[in-house]
Amino acid sequence: MESFQQVHGVAVPLDRPNVDTDQIIPKQYLKSIARSGFGPNLFDDWRYLDPGDVGDDHGKRRLNPDFVLNHEHYRGAQVLLARDNFGCGSSREHAPWALLDYGIRCIIAPSFADIFYGNCFKNGILPVALAAAEVDQLFAEVAAAPGCKIAVDLPAQTVTAPAGEVFRFTVDAALKERLLNGLDDIGLTLQHRGEIEKFEARRKAEAPWVFN
Amino acid sequence: MSTPRTLYDKLWDSHVVRVDHDGSALLYVDRQLVHEVTSPQAFEGLRLAGRRVWRAGASLAVPDHNVPTTGRGGGVAGIADPVSRIQVETLDRNCAEFGITEFTMNDSRQGIVHVIGPEQGATMPGMTIVCGDSHTSTHGALGALAFGIGTSEVEHVLATQCLRMKKSRNMRVTVSGATGPGVGAKDIILAVIAQIGTAGATGCTVEYAGDAIRALSMEGRFTVCNMSIEAGARAGIIAVDQTTIDYVRGRPFAPRGAVWESAANAWRELVSDEGAVFDHEVAVDAAAIKPQVSWGTSPEMTVPVDGVVPDPAFEADPVRRQSMAAALRYMDLRAGEAIAGIGLDKVFIGSCTNGRIEDLRAAADQVRGRRVAGSIRLAMVVPGSGLVKKQAEEEGLDRVFTEAGFEWREPGCSMCLAMNADRLAPGERCASTSNRNFEGRQGRGGRTHLVSPVMAAAAAVAGHFVDTSAEG
Repeated sequence: MESFQQVHGVAVPLDRPNVDTDQIIPKQYLKSIARSGFGPNLFDDWRYLDPGDVGDDHGKRRLNPDFVLNHEHYRGAQVLLARDNFGCGSSREHAPWALLDYGIRCIIAPSFADIFYGNCFKNGILPVALAAAEVDQLFAEVAAAPGCKIAVDLPAQTVTAPAGEVFRFTVDAALKERLLNGLDDIGLTLQHRGEIEKFEARRKAEAPWVFN
Repeated sequence: MSTPRTLYDKLWDSHVVRVDHDGSALLYVDRQLVHEVTSPQAFEGLRLAGRRVWRAGASLAVPDHNVPTTGRGGGVAGIADPVSRIQVETLDRNCAEFGITEFTMNDSRQGIVHVIGPEQGATMPGMTIVCGDSHTSTHGALGALAFGIGTSEVEHVLATQCLRMKKSRNMRVTVSGATGPGVGAKDIILAVIAQIGTAGATGCTVEYAGDAIRALSMEGRFTVCNMSIEAGARAGIIAVDQTTIDYVRGRPFAPRGAVWESAANAWRELVSDEGAVFDHEVAVDAAAIKPQVSWGTSPEMTVPVDGVVPDPAFEADPVRRQSMAAALRYMDLRAGEAIAGIGLDKVFIGSCTNGRIEDLRAAADQVRGRRVAGSIRLAMVVPGSGLVKKQAEEEGLDRVFTEAGFEWREPGCSMCLAMNADRLAPGERCASTSNRNFEGRQGRGGRTHLVSPVMAAAAAVAGHFVDTSAEG
């Protein structure tokens, strides 16, 4: 997995609450059996005026000029500014895959849905929850100077607004460590193979029906 | 005397393998359900790392999201959409390679993963159950800890039989009293979501309690727990009682003989202790719940059928106001419009929320001897599993539906998420017994109203929503 240290990048503002994973990556693209290539279909229904499907040449589709991701200012954005409950709905990991493939490394919002939040950490994306007033301020600064950059520092746990104000954020210590080092979760867990085997043997003795 | 524990505390405690210095636990997973959409990359990850599956017998696989609901005579090779076909073939190949039991597309037991798990007795009380699908919360109705995970976690469970996680908070939703006529499990959970909001239970495991929950059949309890994720909760649970135990008895994976007795005795302990403390308590009055209809693009945007489309002008919060206005535009509705007057184009009865036998019986009761309204372009029933379909056919429900003008399909997720050919055209309006009314969920530009099976069936006959609690 890709590690995450710092990002200093253009922030694109997506000003609506409860953005669900069906919007982040619509269902037809979930038929792919690959982990990559979802970037052109990030926010597909909002981003294009015409419908798309797997295998289409998305470069030839009509872009929706009103959708924020298509605005010239936000080209190459690495930071997504969002509202409450970002990533709600389906557990599809295709959502962080699409964000990462597009180039987004950090999402800042007042709150996130649980499954999506966890999925980000497995894919080198840092979700940052800030207070609603702080997120409001970032939206206002980005609106005042579209294309401005936000700096996010995971070791220091800070977000630096375009105008220079610094906001601190909290992150679970274990998730932070794994993201900083891009660690392989499965390898770490298998270091405890003996304990898992012991637990499993006890469970089998106590609740044999579980192993039917 | 030990501290009283909630049901969630008990389920959690009994599955902790170890706790790390940072407070994260390794939680043992008893059962993993696998489907074709969120597993291919997990199996590929195992192959690339040269890893084996920890315990193949823990997993049960079935294709459901992507399978056609008509024309299965040609088998998997006959799936018209080549991309869908490859995904279903990939599941078949992965299960064969890694030794995982799979109910393949034309197996009589195939169906929606959250319908077949309980139906087979493969998901049982006291288990930890995961699946790469957010509606895994369904199985919590059995008194199990069940939740959706991402594909990286699917791979992690396949390789280690564990998940690394932190405990969530305890929330109890107590639905007191009795529901009125025409009001069922779907109305209860929609009313709960409307009350607490789509993020109201984020970070929590929700235990549903109270007389109205106890009075539900297992089918109704599955419906309630299924939509926990629509309130932000990864898991919803209901304490074990005689209804739970009677449901599990005799199912193919269920224990028998002396083991059955010890299992049933252990399961009876799966209740929250008297005096257990919950971080959050929510009270709901069952008698006040009317049949529910969603009007917007989030499950929290739901009102009683005798109500009207709400007016964003009365919403104080600017972000919410803007989101309500956007929902009205997408749904092509006007503030103040009567819900019962909203006309429909399509009706979908099915999904992991409402594709069980009791749902089909309740819907059939509404349409028996009647006809689908002429203004409805398509009304379809998609049973939750092959066995639900068979049972319904034995009871003659298929004929009740087809004689009324419904289509009777093969089992799968179908138009709940429209990954297969079943979908709404842009602008079409649908009464749906599924769980999500997100923009484009049932097809790009499609408009979804979430309702109960009773409401969907009554609306198919009337051509618009009707107050099913006002009848007789």
